[in-house]
Amino acid sequence: MNIHLTRRYSLSASHRLHNPTLGEAENRRIYGKCNNPYGHGHNYVIEVTVSGAPELATGMVASLADLDGFVKREVLDPFDHRYLNEEIPLFRERVPTTENLCVEIYRRLRSFPHAHLERIRIEETALNSFEYSGEPLGRTE
Amino acid sequence: MLYITRKIEFSASHLYHNPAFSAEENRRIFGKCNNPHGHGHNYTLEVTVAGAPDPATGMVLDLNELKDILQREIIDRMDHRFLNYEVPELSGQIPTCENIAAVIWRLLEPRISKGRLHRVRLYETADLFVDCYGERNGAGSSTGKRNP
Repeated sequence: MNIHLTRRYSLSASHRLHNPTLGEAENRRIYGKCNNPYGHGHNYVIEVTVSGAPELATGMVASLADLDGFVKREVLDPFDHRYLNEEIPLFRERVPTTENLCVEIYRRLRSFPHAHLERIRIEETALNSFEYSGEPLGRTE
Repeated sequence: MLYITRKIEFSASHLYHNPAFSAEENRRIFGKCNNPHGHGHNYTLEVTVAGAPDPATGMVLDLNELKDILQREIIDRMDHRFLNYEVPELSGQIPTCENIAAVIWRLLEPRISKGRLHRVRLYETADLFVDCYGERNGAGSSTGKRNP
């Protein structure tokens, strides 16, 4: 029986939404207060869902110790209490919206060796959430 | 298609131990969940039924009927129980969240008289839950490890 296992993690980080190819006025119009040059931060909740059939001997889709260790190494350690624009290489070139954060975290976690990565869901605040399941984005880059 | 969800809570104890493993292996694999005295959780169960509303009642499935099924099949069986010893459906299995959700699926699926059981979501804590979609794969899901 296929089971999805979801674990919630939190991390706090700052960011600034700003696209250097657009003018100052355009950035302010598109990103509003998120364009504040000093940045601002969030307590992000990261929901990681992996799937598979529970192993007979352990009853588990994946050991939580394995999953927690992997998420800590790949995501929490590099992202928590950081300024995303400067400290995550991708976000020196791409606007660190939570959409892009979702995709980047998915990319970092999809090589989890013990179960299939099903989905990343991020709550930026209690009122906003974003999900990504690895489907092609067809973005224009 | 509409999805209706009913939520219940139950409290139960369990422990993780596989008699095929040595004592040391059990401790290594299951950590503090291997404490022989067991430990407990307040479980939250969300049961989702999918279907079209009956034109006469406007309901997919009468929530009172679902409430009675959940009382009889889940709460009466699991609430304030030691899952390893008091729930025969779990005997011979490690009572992980994954296995409990699968047992709940098998208990509920044949009891749903209208619509069909879509998802069983079982929270062990606010930060850990599993979703069971039965033998079907979940939306956009796959079976087993299949990473690109």
